[in-house]
Amino acid sequence: MELGSPEELATRWVPFAHVAAYGRALGLSAVDVSPAWCVARLAYDERWVLDASTGVMHGAVITGMLDTLFGFSINVKLGRLQPMVTVDLRVDHLKPPAPGRDLLGGAVCYSMTDEFAFVRGAAYHDSPDDPVATGVGLFMFTDKAAGKPR
Amino acid sequence: MTLAATLARARSANDWNLLVDAMPFARFLDLRVAVEREEFVCTLPFDPQLIGNPRLPALHGGATGGFLECAGLLYLGWARGGERWATTIDLQVDYLRSGQPRDTHAGVVVVKQGRRLANLRVEAWQTRRDEPIALAQFHFLLNE
Repeated sequence: MELGSPEELATRWVPFAHVAAYGRALGLSAVDVSPAWCVARLAYDERWVLDASTGVMHGAVITGMLDTLFGFSINVKLGRLQPMVTVDLRVDHLKPPAPGRDLLGGAVCYSMTDEFAFVRGAAYHDSPDDPVATGVGLFMFTDKAAGKPR
Repeated sequence: MTLAATLARARSANDWNLLVDAMPFARFLDLRVAVEREEFVCTLPFDPQLIGNPRLPALHGGATGGFLECAGLLYLGWARGGERWATTIDLQVDYLRSGQPRDTHAGVVVVKQGRRLANLRVEAWQTRRDEPIALAQFHFLLNE
């Protein structure tokens, strides 16, 4: 399936994100779609919280956002939807997110082979230079020799 | 209700599912906590919204990873108590097998627990415990 231009991608992000039911459940929405840095918004929700008395968002939600964005950034780099699986994820939580505020997530696929894609990203409120969390991941394509960009 | 009060209630009622009520995202995932013969097991009931790849279908890696983090935090609440949940500092998740559309269980091994930091290994399995679908390693900062 071809994805088209970045502008088309941005408008088509929502149905794309909803290919994965879990992305739909978290309510992720597109902010910017570019092979250099894909950005999505995770709206603050009381259901996403670790402790209701502090209102701080749960790290598990950030992992879900980053994993979704990682897959998306690989598809954007390829210019098409490509079936893949997560092989591993690493996340560092640098500071707690501010209670009540939406989170942005950014990701880039920085290297790719026929079989693997290497991604990194961050979760932040205002700027990727001031992240609340950073992450890296390794993904494997489930169709052989899929990773050649067109 | 505070975490400490919830823990006390869960302990006296011997109903560890009450822990989940004190963690909104764990409640969203509808997690279950059971302790049998001093062994802590957390369960993620299958729900279609947990799917990541609709073709296989397989569980979303972010859902599995997030479940393991909840399991680690719930374990520390059960094992230590305290006024607040621990804080996740970092994590690494290795995905070993595709997560089938069925219930997933998690067990915890304490690799090292110091005064401030706990290193936990959390394993996820579905049909057989010796065939884990994911292995995660966490550092949690222990709060008072």
